[in-house]
Parts: sequence; C-alpha cells; structure tokens
Amino acid sequence: MSILVLADLHEGQLAGATAHVVAATQAIGGDIDVLVAGEGVQAAAEAAAKLDGVSKVRVADNPVYAHQLAEPMGALLVELADGYTHVLASASTTGKNVLPRLAALKDVSQLSDVIAVDSADTFKRPIYAGNAISTVKSDDALKVITVRTTGFDAVGTSGSATVEAVDVVVENSQSSFVKEELAASDRPELGGAKVVISGGRGMGNGENFKLLDGIADKLGAAIGASRAAVDAGFVPNDMQVGQTGKIVAPDLYIAVGISGAIQHLAGMKDSKVIVAINKDDEAPIFQVADYGLVGDLFEILPEFESKL
Amino acid sequence: MKILVAVKRVIDYNVKIRVKADHSDVDLTNVKMAMNPFCEIAVEEAVRLKEKGVATEVVAVTVGPKAAQEQLRTALALGADRAIHIETDERVESLAVAKLLAKVVEDEQPGMVILGKQAIDTDNNQTGQMLAALTGLPQGTFASEVAADGDKVNVTREIDGGLQTIALTLPAIVTTDLRLNEPRYAKLPDIMKAKKKPLDVKSPADYGVEVASRVSLVKVESPAERKGGVKVASVDELIDKLKNEAKVL
Ligand SMILES: Cc1cc2nc3c(=O)[nH]c(=O)nc-3n(C[C@H](O)[C@H](O)[C@H](O)COP(=O)(O)OP(=O)(O)OC[C@H]3O[C@@H](n4cnc5c(N)ncnc54)[C@H](O)[C@@H]3O)c2cc1C
Ligand SMILES: Cc1cc2nc3c(=O)[nH]c(=O)nc-3n(C[C@H](O)[C@H](O)[C@H](O)COP(=O)(O)OP(=O)(O)OC[C@H]3O[C@@H](n4cnc5c(N)ncnc54)[C@H](O)[C@@H]3O)c2cc1C
Repeated sequence: MSILVLADLHEGQLAGATAHVVAATQAIGGDIDVLVAGEGVQAAAEAAAKLDGVSKVRVADNPVYAHQLAEPMGALLVELADGYTHVLASASTTGKNVLPRLAALKDVSQLSDVIAVDSADTFKRPIYAGNAISTVKSDDALKVITVRTTGFDAVGTSGSATVEAVDVVVENSQSSFVKEELAASDRPELGGAKVVISGGRGMGNGENFKLLDGIADKLGAAIGASRAAVDAGFVPNDMQVGQTGKIVAPDLYIAVGISGAIQHLAGMKDSKVIVAINKDDEAPIFQVADYGLVGDLFEILPEFESKL
Repeated sequence: MKILVAVKRVIDYNVKIRVKADHSDVDLTNVKMAMNPFCEIAVEEAVRLKEKGVATEVVAVTVGPKAAQEQLRTALALGADRAIHIETDERVESLAVAKLLAKVVEDEQPGMVILGKQAIDTDNNQTGQMLAALTGLPQGTFASEVAADGDKVNVTREIDGGLQTIALTLPAIVTTDLRLNEPRYAKLPDIMKAKKKPLDVKSPADYGVEVASRVSLVKVESPAERKGGVKVASVDELIDKLKNEAKVL
C-alpha cells in the first residue's frame, strides 16, 4: 500500500493536525508520503519530513496554491493521486474543502471523519452527531479519507524523510483570495489543547468571556464556546465546539453556562475529564460531566481562578 | 439568474437516535423527520437573493424517498418557485447525489447552486464540493456571507482559524454555514400556496445515474456511554477532585 497525506497548514506553517493524520496512516500500513502545497512552504515541508513514519515529503510551492484554494488543490491532488491506494487529510476546514473534489474527479466515495482504522478498507466513523458509530467498508480502488484528529495520537518528530519538489502547476481562473480575518491568540489551538474551557449563552455577553481568560492563563487552556454564544456575537465562529464546529478531546474540558445540547456534546464528549458549571441542576451537561458544580458562574469563576 | 437549492430530508435535529439491536443500522421508525437545518439556511439565502432582485427564480431539488416531497413543499412555502424530486428508496451516497445534481445543473443552467455544508444525519460534508468538481464550477464552502456582484460572487467562509473571503466567477457552488442567515418560518397562507406550485418527479434512471452504493455499512454501534459523575459542593472540593482524583491539575 502507498498512501498520500495532504498536510494542513496554519499561516504557512505545518499544523499539528498532520501528525495525527500520519498516525492514522500508520494504522493502515504502507509507504507514507506527505504533500505540502502552498506558497513559501519550505519550512512546513521540513517540519513534515521530521514526522515519524513518513518516507517522502512532496512539496508543491507555487503562488497558485497560496491559501490552498479548493480548485487548484483539487486539481493538484488529481494529478498526483495515481499510484496511491489511499489519500488522507485531516477533517479540518481545508481537508473538508479539498478532498471531496479529488474523490468526485476520481469517481470514488469519500469517507469523512474517520476515528478508527479496522483494516486497509474498513473504517469507523461517527454519524448522527456521534450518537452512532458506523463501520464502513469501501470497495473503491482509491480510498479518499478525512481523519478526525482526536481519534489518533500524534506521531513523534524524530523522522528524516526525503523532501522532493513537485513541479505540477495547474491553472485557476475561477477563484481568488480576497482576505482573511484570523483570530490572533497566544493560546493553544482548540484542537490540540490539553485543557479547554468553554462558555455558553450563560456567559451573558462577550465582555464576560474575560472571566475565562485568567483561568485559561493559569491552566494553559484554549477557550471555546457553544453555538449559542457564537450566534449571539459574544465570540468569533472559530471558537465553536460541537457537531458543526470543532471537535475536541482534551484531558480536561470545563463547560461554563452551557446546557449540553446533543450538538455541543458531539464536539467534546470524548474529553478525558469533563467539568460542568451551571446554575440549573437539571442541565443535561451534568449527565456527561465527571464533576458538576451547581451555582452562579459569576460567583464561581472568580473564586476558581483565585484558588488555582 | 436562476438559483438551484439542494435540500435533504433528515431526522429532526432534536431527536437522539438509537442503534438497532442487531447493529445493522440506526432505527428510524417513527422518528420525526425535517429539512436538514443547513438546507433551511440554503433556501433562505436563495429566497433573500430573489427578494433583493439578484435572483429571478429559485428551484429546489431533493434526492430521496416519496416522503421527501414534504421537505420540497416546505422549500416552496419558504419561497422557492418550483421543485424537482428525484425519487429513490436507495441509500444514496454523496457522490451519487452530486452526480444527479450535476445533471440537474446541466438541464437548468443555474447561476448559483446553494447546498448545506453538511447533512446532520451522516455528517459527510461532501456533496457541494463533489458537485463543484463534477460540474467544473468554483466553490465557496461554509459560507457566512454571500455577496453577488455582476458575474462574480464574494463568499466569506468560516474556516478553522477565523474567516476567509474569496471571489468566485459565476456560476458557482455555495455551501451554507450556520451564521449565513436566520431562516424564516413558513406562514400558513404560503404553506397553502405551496401545494399548488409545480413539483416534477424524476428517477435516477431519467438522468442515467447509477445510485448503487460503493460503501457498505458493516455495522452500526452505540458510542461508549459516559458514566455520569458526581456533583461537588464547592470550588474547593472541585479543585481537590481535579488535583487528587482525576489528576488533571
Ligand atoms: C444544525 C445545528 C447545528 C448545531 N451545531 C452546534 C455546535 O456545533 N455546537 C453547539 O454548541 N451547538 C450547536 N447547535 C446548537 C445547540 O442545539 C444548542 O442550541 C446550543 O448548544 C446551546 O448553547 P448553550 O448551551 O450555550 O445555551 P443554552 O442552551 O441557552 O444554555 C445556557 C445554559 O447556561 C446556564 N446559565 C445561565 N446563566 C447562568 C449563570 N449565571 N451561571 C451558571 N449557569 C448559567 C443555563 O442554566 C443553561 O443551562 C446546533 C444546532 C443546530 C440546529
Ligand atoms: C446509517 C447510515 C450510514 C450511512 N453511511 C454512509 C457512509 O458511510 N458513507 C456514505 O457516503 N453514505 C452513507 N450513508 C448514506 C447517506 O444517507 C447520505 O445520503 C449520503 O451519504 C449523502 O451525504 P450527506 O447527505 O451526508 O451529504 P452532505 O455532504 O453532508 O450534505 C450536504 C448537502 O448536500 C445536499 N444533499 C445531500 N443529500 C441530498 C439529497 N439526497 N437530496 C438533495 N440534496 C442533498 C444538501 O444540500 C445537504 O445539506 C449512510 C446512511 C445511513 C442511514
């Protein structure tokens, strides 16, 4: 078997997700190549070459791949896919945007959000907001897969793969980049953080999210939110945890003023330890929480911060 | 311009699904069904573009069993002008849905196709991207803003790091994210009127598309249940438990 992994980039650097995708690839077995595509991505390629288990890093460094727009990225993958049995990417917004195009152009199905590998053609993936886990077998010659990073522990970084330039350049006159507004934060990224503290509608407004800052600083935590908090404009969209937001599985997840709707639980119920702080002792979040504290978050949060 | 909207019949988002005892599938008997929430957002966006004078006609399309006509009637009540039902009882995968939609695009020549970013049953998040690839049209996925301007459209996308805006040539494929708009509710007179709007019934064979599944469902299981934990009485007790019992602090 021969597998190609599409690397995830974050502001031109290799994103943490890729080490998890390589781990999923090792579970399938076979030769592993990583494709790093973008503009000015040499550093990312070198970082990818250090991932354990990777034999070759293929680098497509060209302005047409800047911002990894779907049309040129899909076309590039179609050019490179021949000879591979599997193409994998993380279920990030980039992986989700690009991989279905490859699948469609190769006339194969795609398996989305895979959380476990049973064999080279059989995989587990959650459906219905994680309320059921389906085992699916693909009969396609090329398997196109997005991987849920929380399902696989990241590989180490003591590898030394060869790095090779790819000279495929595709045309793109259909889409162009206009602008990006990226959340600037010194905190760890939600997907990779060991501790996540999330606020919901109960926070009342965006200003009150500051109550989470001090705690997050002390715990080295990322800050998340429920959909209700994002919809109400308290915080930006990239903070949404849940079925249709980000999926997290940290060692510790603290849900503050969040009721525990199934769509929210879908994004965090695989966390190792869950703490819920809510004034309603009947809130469904308590059914999944290891430790529940019933009370007013405006009193609890300052006390919690001061005692940490 | 004409806008094509794809809508899917799925379980209501409030339903907590159960797995069948024999693990062959999930149990959908007597479960409340509804239009996929992301498709409601897609219909709303198309109708708003028509109200703004950008679109001239809104056509809703679904692939699914006879009962999926309910969701088409909902789309018509919300403001779509006519509907196409591609009827099948098969478990149709995203790729086959995309192939069927590509044929409809060929027939109808819309200026824009709007789909949901994901269906909340299978959570695939594929169909729009596959349709874009098959039709050779550009895509703006996970849209939180769609601004059409002449022969171009600017789409602002919800990406992992924040927001990204891209410009696409029209025709284009757009998939909706949660913040694109807040869908309206259908009013009773509109529901009545919708019953008289045209609804064409077709079959996958009419389009020459094979819908047989390429992916076999081996089994469906319930996820590992979390055991509910304990309530603690104070912040001190919480910190003590986290330090000494859970050992995460
Ligand atoms: C298609 C679709 C997709 C969705 N995707 C997601 C998703 O990805 N992520 C997600 O989170 N949701 C998602 N939702 C929304 C979800 O159904 C819920 O509406 C949402 O999670 C509720 O957010 P919440 O818990 O913050 O708000 P609420 O349900 O309003 O809960 C607020 C909680 O705060 C508590 N509270 C209030 N004041 C205080 C106080 N002073 N002190 C302590 N506690 C207090 C209340 O007791 C209550 O339990 C989705 C919904 C749909 C239809
Ligand atoms: C238990 C179970 C397991 C399944 N497992 C798989 C599986 O592993 N792999 C697989 O490929 N399929 C599977 N299916 C088939 C599944 O029913 C989907 O119909 C199919 O995969 C389409 O993908 P989606 O709706 O999730 O697409 P998404 O890409 O998530 O849907 C996005 C958008 O595409 C449009 N759309 C999707 N379907 C239709 C439609 N029928 N008519 C009109 N517009 C539509 C809508 O606008 C929707 O919002 C399974 C079904 C069941 C019941």
